[in-house]
Formats: sequence, structure tokens, C-alpha cells
Amino acid sequence: MNDWSRAVSARQADDSASSETFTGNHGLQIEEALIFEQDSPGHCGVDLPELEPFRSRLGGLERQGTIGLPGLSEPQVVRHFTRLSQKNYAIDAGLYPLGSCTMKHNPRLNEKLARLPGLADIHPLQPVSTVPGALELIDTLAHWLKTLTGMPAIALSPAAGAHGELCGIMSIRAALEARGDRRIRVLVPESAHGTNPATAAACGYTVDPIPADATGRVDRAALEAKLSPNVAALMLTNPNTCGLFEREIIEIADAVHRAGAFFYCDGANFNAIVGRVRPADLGIDCMHLNLHKTFSTPHGGGGPGSGPVSLSASLAPFAPLPWIVHGPDGLELIEHKTGPAEKSFGRLKGFHGQMGMFVRALAYMMSHGSDGLRQVAEDAVLNANYLRARLADDLSLSFHGSCMHEVLFDDRFLKDTGVTTLDFAKALIDEGYHPMTMYFPLIVHGAMLIEPTETESKASLDQFIGAVKALAAAARSGDTARFRAAPVHTPRRRLDETAAARKPVLRWRPDPQPEGGNKPLSTLQGREGGARRVAAGG
Amino acid sequence: MSPLRFTKDHEWIRLDGDLAVVGITDYAQSQLGDVVYVELPEIGRQVERGKEAAVVESVKAASEVYAPVSGEVAEVNNALAADPAKVNADPMGEGWFLKLRLADPKELEGLLDEEAYQRFVEEQH
Amino acid sequence: MRYLPLTASDRTEMLAALEVDSVDALFDDVPETARLDEPVDLPRAMGEIEVERLISRMAARNVAAGSVPFFIGGGVYRHHIPAAVDHLIQRGEFLTSYTPYQPEISQGTLQYLFEFQSQVALLTGMEVANASLYDGATACAEAVMMAKRVTGRRRAVLSGGLHPHYREACETYARFVGFGLSAENPLSGEDPARLVGRDTSCVVVQNPDFFGEVRDYSGLARVCHDAGALLVVVVTEVLSLGAIRPPGEMGADIVAAEGQSLGNALNFGGPHVGLLATRDTLVRQMPGRLVGQTVDAAGRRGWVLTLSTREQHIRRERATSNICTNSGLCALAFTIHSALLGEMGLTQLARRNHAAAVSLAERLEQVPGISLLNRTFFNEFTVRLPRCAAEIVGLLADKGVLAGVPVSRLYPDDDEVADLLLVAATEMTTTEDMDQLEAGLREVLS
Repeated sequence: MNDWSRAVSARQADDSASSETFTGNHGLQIEEALIFEQDSPGHCGVDLPELEPFRSRLGGLERQGTIGLPGLSEPQVVRHFTRLSQKNYAIDAGLYPLGSCTMKHNPRLNEKLARLPGLADIHPLQPVSTVPGALELIDTLAHWLKTLTGMPAIALSPAAGAHGELCGIMSIRAALEARGDRRIRVLVPESAHGTNPATAAACGYTVDPIPADATGRVDRAALEAKLSPNVAALMLTNPNTCGLFEREIIEIADAVHRAGAFFYCDGANFNAIVGRVRPADLGIDCMHLNLHKTFSTPHGGGGPGSGPVSLSASLAPFAPLPWIVHGPDGLELIEHKTGPAEKSFGRLKGFHGQMGMFVRALAYMMSHGSDGLRQVAEDAVLNANYLRARLADDLSLSFHGSCMHEVLFDDRFLKDTGVTTLDFAKALIDEGYHPMTMYFPLIVHGAMLIEPTETESKASLDQFIGAVKALAAAARSGDTARFRAAPVHTPRRRLDETAAARKPVLRWRPDPQPEGGNKPLSTLQGREGGARRVAAGG
Repeated sequence: MSPLRFTKDHEWIRLDGDLAVVGITDYAQSQLGDVVYVELPEIGRQVERGKEAAVVESVKAASEVYAPVSGEVAEVNNALAADPAKVNADPMGEGWFLKLRLADPKELEGLLDEEAYQRFVEEQH
Repeated sequence: MRYLPLTASDRTEMLAALEVDSVDALFDDVPETARLDEPVDLPRAMGEIEVERLISRMAARNVAAGSVPFFIGGGVYRHHIPAAVDHLIQRGEFLTSYTPYQPEISQGTLQYLFEFQSQVALLTGMEVANASLYDGATACAEAVMMAKRVTGRRRAVLSGGLHPHYREACETYARFVGFGLSAENPLSGEDPARLVGRDTSCVVVQNPDFFGEVRDYSGLARVCHDAGALLVVVVTEVLSLGAIRPPGEMGADIVAAEGQSLGNALNFGGPHVGLLATRDTLVRQMPGRLVGQTVDAAGRRGWVLTLSTREQHIRRERATSNICTNSGLCALAFTIHSALLGEMGLTQLARRNHAAAVSLAERLEQVPGISLLNRTFFNEFTVRLPRCAAEIVGLLADKGVLAGVPVSRLYPDDDEVADLLLVAATEMTTTEDMDQLEAGLREVLS
């Protein structure tokens, strides 16, 4: 029996969560069909003027038949997406304690400035003379990021953190190839985020995992034992994924360099040290930053992000295109492997990078200033340690001593309760919180990684602490039914992920599929008989 | 029917005529959770002892299935494509993965017998 | 500081709960030599008024596309985005939510991504699409990597009509994974079918191509399939799918596209939204996130991220890609815009774009010295000018007209293309705009 079927049994025993309404709606929570099920052929949410006849130049390759898109009016569309939005948790709605994600407040000033026509309505291929302000903005952002990291160069084009990792490792490989040095191994701690080994493999490297020591930090002896002329790089996250600062990082950097390898740092956790530590001072050769973590650009339900990579002097010549450099007549955009960029390893994506995120990040940094950014790190670390101290007796802390901006617990406190980390997280949802990061990092069992960020007030933290304490007590006192059934107060209960993976349904199709067993929609939406219209639709 | 043999990677193997049937153990399937997909090798492929022969996926994990012995893939369990749940329901029987034509039957002797495997599993906890 | 809620007394109380005197104690693990005692050398905190002033000043130095006659395309297109789109994507529940890893409280995101996947599949004529990638160029690179995994072969053929940035991204990805890529010269007109062999993993073509030409690739699809290779079709102007036979109906195995034209502003090239679509049989080799339909414990239909075992957080070094993010909010904008347009609106809009380009091409063909290279086109075409296109574009820019993309901007070393100009027209292009372009060209070329 899997978790889902246990939950069904639990629900059947528990009536209070399902006082059914006639519509299936619950107050402000509306059951909303797919746009394809609300099709009014001939309807349109835009007005388009009539077209004069003209001679087509498509060479007879006109699209025949319909595309299959539904027609809706603007009111229907607005209502549809408004209703969808109401099913989402968000930072705007509450604390989002996801470890390593840095779910801080997303300032709206950033949104306003990103939409200025002079920044949003400019084309990457306009004559460069018509966009000097864009180059200025990018160069200003670069200056801020270089100063904060202490590194002499920065590659701004990567579109996300993982993309930035690719950029860093590609730069390293390009540098090694340029000096005729063929090394094929990359060292990656076992606690690392999955993108690290995936990136190394994507760049043609073999990955050697390094275990953690008893303090949760990378095992330096094991690491040094693996260094050899065959190792191209170490990929280290600092602070690491257990929320701990790698104390021996300078010694490790020295060892890596003595072995002729490069030191890549995953900067996902930069929020803990921004303004207080510069990666360059730790011996790092390249480090990616996540503008959508440390620098507040919005997560947008999964993207877009931006992952610029700071580079040492030895890696800078290989940085991907395009480059923005200070020329004799001002800022220049270099789009090809010429001049200073002749050794660039090439392009990672189209055009110039995530300009929309650059604007937002710069506005954020300017709003905080160097003093404010330093305060960000301090408050982030203080908030995480406050949670650590207040919850240490209720949950099981994985490692002793203070943490940085996030704190790691594991599931030992749930031993013999019949409640898993997953169950605990689902119960936390019912208490009004998005769960913390679960089952990561892999080096502890049933991990729970909590990162509050600096934009949570003490009152908000105290409320969260209260909820977690109550749940921990409930688990210990044997109230397993609560955990197994959870969540019960959400737009959907636990979903059958097994069925989703066994028989993938990845798109809407016009013909109704025969469903075995469970009805896919609530009874009011009359799926039987193949009806596509929804009676209660918008 | 010959006795079952096991590997430390939680595969089982049993001779059936001149072919050897390979699958994953009950312990393995319980660790994986609900199996959603199985990637089986092509017929005729040569597999090496200890190297990957198949992949088994659950919702949250994907695991390599290693060949307990070297040989040639003679048959695969196509029923798993339509019903991967067989691996959970009957891992030692209907949830079999593949049948090998052995390169070297003596390799079987290096594997764990049932008792040794049970002890090995108990030590995992 | 307006974004930092902790007060001085909060901090004191919290430090007391930690039994330390100052927050510095929490940074003890930092090596002494690396500790910064002072804020770094950057400006101090600024209020909203000042930040707005500084950034607005930078913005004001740029010529916004909407303020002048504008004909630039080259892989990014200026379209009208209905007012409702930007309001809806700024709802906090969309803007400030995370990846939907907890499906019970992310059904909003999951449902719109399911709708997005469905729209992309329908537009491209393919069976399944993912929940978006970073942009068209990286989608193209991922498609090439996918073809390598599927076929086990290492040689991809990139046609000359592929957008140079897309080709360059493919080359970068391929270079580091020890791969062979053949690329053709853009104007050679060589038929990619002649380069297909038993060692070919895929052929990558673009439709309409970089120069605007629209073709039927069904024949090429057959050649590829006979050789056991895949056909990858790239679409940089997704709106063209409203007017042109889609790649799925031409036998494409993978479609990699840029979705920016629907819902997303120019944004100086980013963020945009990459689309990837393929056949059901190849779905397990497709990178990126996927949303699947299922039911919950109460029997109600809902959605979850699925087939995650392909992804980095589970397969780690065996993942199909290292991709973690999709282009979430940009995909939402695409979904909303497509929902507003619907069948009728999208096909009308596509026809409108084509009509504008046809009208413009007819006018430009009348200008002495200008010749049209295309036999077919959608909303962008290539003209040959009597002399260096970049210089002419510069002169016209000085006159307040953004005339198009000189091909030399993307092919600086190729003398053969120095006189070529890409010109785009969309539903935003007015007759007055065309008057000004025509007049400007006549003047500059006389």
C-alpha cells in the first residue's frame, strides 16, 4: 500500500473535512475546468480588425484544419486564471521555509522598473547606439556583482543557476584545454544538489563523490586523497547544503590549486554571506549566483531565473558570449569571438541574457546598498539560528553548533511514531505553511532543511515555531491519523503520483479517454456521456 | 529448479533450463516504492557481471539493475511495460526482468545464497 | 530598511535566545582572513524614489521599439500583448510562488502548465510538450542532445537556415560532450538531405528559416527516418504556427521553439520561453519539467510534476539534462495570451502578420536597388540592398527608423551577406511606419 491509498482510507473515516457542497466549490476555492473544456467556438478574448484579401506568399504551405485551441472571452479568461491563482501558496501569502531556495520577499518596485518601456520594449538586435542605457544597466549590475564577490570578471548570460553551473564547468574545461591539460574527473560532495553531478556529466566529466565528515562538512582528508593530475575541478557549495560554512575552505582551495585543478563554488547559498565574505578571498575560481535567490527576482512558479557566474582572472578569457566591455568610446557589446573575447567558449543561449532579471536584481541591490546587503546576510543567519535554538528540542538537529542561513533537521525525532518526514510536511501544509525542503541533502535520513530568509519578522518566525512544536508533539503522542490524512484543508488532497508516472497523461486531448475506477472530475461536471462543456464554467 | 542466488545490490538470479532469470528482491522493491517504469535491454545484448543491465524507476528514485553474471540477453519481461506494478506485487515471480544465456555458469557460485542474503539485508538496518 | 522586518529589539531578544552577544559569533566559521569588517565599496541603501530615478535615467537613454517605426525580428518579435496578460501574471500567487513540488498547494501552477503543454502540442502538431525551457536556442541544443541519446549516434547536421545563435548554442553544448556537428554555409543552399548518413543522429532545420523562407520538410523527414535519424524542426516565431503547416504534420520528431511572441515582451532578449515538443515514444528522453494529470485522495482530478526520474534531482549524473528551472512566469504569459486569442484570434493574428509582411515586401520591391530574396515568407523576409546593410541601418536609425537586422550582425565574417537585411512586419506595423521606412530607404539609397 502506498501513501495515497492510506490517505483514502483515512479520509473515509474522517467526515469533517468533506462537508460536500452541491458545486464541489468550497467558499473562495472554486473547482475550475481546463480552458479546453470551456470552449465557445467563435469566441475570442481579443478584437482583431477585418482583413482585406491579399495574395499569400506561403508557398502553398498554409495550415489546414484547426489547431484545436479553445475560444474564450476576456472575462472568462481573467476569471479562469484568477481562480487558478487562488489555489497556489506563495511568498506573498506566507512563510516559505524552503532550504536552499531563499524565498525572500519580491519587491514590487522591481516589477515596476522592469516594465519601463526603455527596458522592456527594446530589442537585442537594435543598433547598439540606440540602447546605451541597456549596456549601462548591465555594466552597473556587473560592477555590483564583481564587488560583492571580489572577482574580476562576471559572465551574465546564463539563464538559471543550473545554466550557470554549466557555464562555470565549461569555462574550466576550456581553460584546461587551452593549456593542453586533459583531466577527466570532477569531485562533488555527496551532499551537493543534483544539478552539480548532472552538470559535470553534461560537460563530459566523470564524477567522484566525496563524503561528509561527522560535522556535516566535506571530508577534507577524503577530498585531498582524491586530488590527482586527473582532477579538473572541485564543485563545492558554500555555505553547504546542510547550512554550514565550510571552515577549511581556504585549505581546500589551496590543495585543489596545488593539484592543478580549479575550484568551482555553487553560490546558491550566497544569502548567508553576501556583504560579509567575498568568494574571491576564499580561493574560489568561479561561482555562480542565483539572482532569483539572493537578489530577490521572483520565482514565478518555477522561473525565469538568472545565474551569472563570477570568474577569476585565469578563467575570465573563456567566458561565454556576449561580453560588455569598456572601450575607448564607451561601453561595447562583443557578440563574436573577436578581440578580448577571442578565447570565449561560445554561446550558451540566444541573445544577451536575462535582462528583465538584471533590472530587478539591480533595483534590489541599490535599494539595500552595501550596508543593507550586509544586514541581509546577518538577519538571514540570525533568523535561521533562532529557529534552530527554538526547535532543537522538538526536532532532531542533524549537526551541532550554529548554522548559517538555513538549518538541517532529520527524522530521528519521528522514530517509532509511524509518521514520516513526508507526513510531517503534509501536516504542516494544513497549518498554513509551505513545507520546508524534504529529503535533501541525501546525507541524512528524512532531511528537513529550513531557510526562513531575512524578510521574515520575529512574529512570523514565532508563529511558525509554534506550529512546528505542536506538530512534533502530536507526532510523539501518537496522533498518526492527522499526519496520514494530511493535507485535508487544501484545494486537493494527496495526489496519486504513481498513477501519473505509470500512465502519463501529459496534455488535454479532444476525445474523452475511458477512465477506469476513479472519476476525474466532480460529479457536477458531467464527464459521463463525453460532454465537453462545463455547466458551472465561467 | 536451481536455488536462488543474490547479489549485494539486491538482484536475484535462478537457473531455469539453460537460461538464468534475473529480478530484484522484495527488499529492493520495498525500498523503491511503487515502480512506475522499467527500462529493459534489447534481446541479444551482451551484459557483464556487475554492470548495468536494466533500470527500474519509481516516482522518487531510479535505480540501476546490475547483471549478477555475464551473459547474453535472451528474453525480457515485456509484461512490465504495461504493468510495472508486478515488480512490487510479485518481485520474485511475475516481476522478473530478464533471462540471460550464461557466459560462465561458475560465476553463480560467487553469489550469496538465500541465508547469506537475508543476513546481509538485516545488517542494513 | 524597508525590506528588513527585524527591529533592533528583535535582534537583541533573538541573540539572547541564542546565548550569544552579537551576530558576529554566528560567523565564527568564516576564516579570519576572509572576514569583511566593513560594507564593501558600493553605494549605501537608497529609497524607492532614488532607485527609480537612477534606473529610469538608464531606461530613458534607450530608443523603445514602440516609439519609432520598427522592423526588427531575427528571432525576437514585437507583438501586442493584451492588457490582461500582465495583470494576471503579476498576481502574487503566480509571481511569488515556487516550483510546484507540493502539488496540493500548487494546483494553480500545475493546471496552467498542463494547459501550456497542451497548447504547445496543438500548435506544433506534436504529441507531447514539456513545461518550457529557458529559450529557443537552449531548447534547440537540448533537442540535439536528446537526439544523441535516442539514436546513440554522435553526428548532428545543422542546416544553414538555422538561427546563428541557435547553432552556436548547439555547438557549445556539443563541444563539451565530444560530439560531431556539421554545419552548412548559410547561403550555399545545400540540401541537408544529402548529408544524412547512418551515423547521423538528427538534422536540424528551421521553419520559417533565419532568412524567412518557409518550406515543406516532409521529404527530408523521410530521408532522415530511412537512415534512422531524427528530424528536429526549430521555430523562432511561434505565431507562424497559426498560418503555416506545423512541423508535426511534416514528420518532425522533435520541435524546439521560441515562445516569446506570445505573451512576452522583447526584454532586450530575455527572459523568454523555450518550447520543446516530441512524440509520445520519446517522452522519457525529453528534458525539462513535465506536468501530468492524476487524481487525489478524494477522487478529484488534479495535476503533479511527473516523470521526474529523468531530472537532475533524482538521476544526478545520469539525468537527461542538468535543467532545474523552466521559464514559469513566461510560460504563464504565453498560456494566457493564447487563451485570449483562441483558435480564431490566433489564426487571424497570424494572417494579419503575414498580410503586413506581404504588403511591406511589395512596397520595398518597388524601391530601386532593393531585391527580395524570398520565394516564401511569413512575417519576416530578406532583401538585398545595393550596399552594406549595416551602414544603411545606421543611417536610418539616425533618422529615427529601426529598419531591420543586417545579416552581418550575426555573420560578421561572411562578405556574401553584407548587403542583406532581415525585415519583419507584425500586427504592430502601421501604414505610416511603412511609409517612413520606404521613404527613408529611397532617400538613403538615392
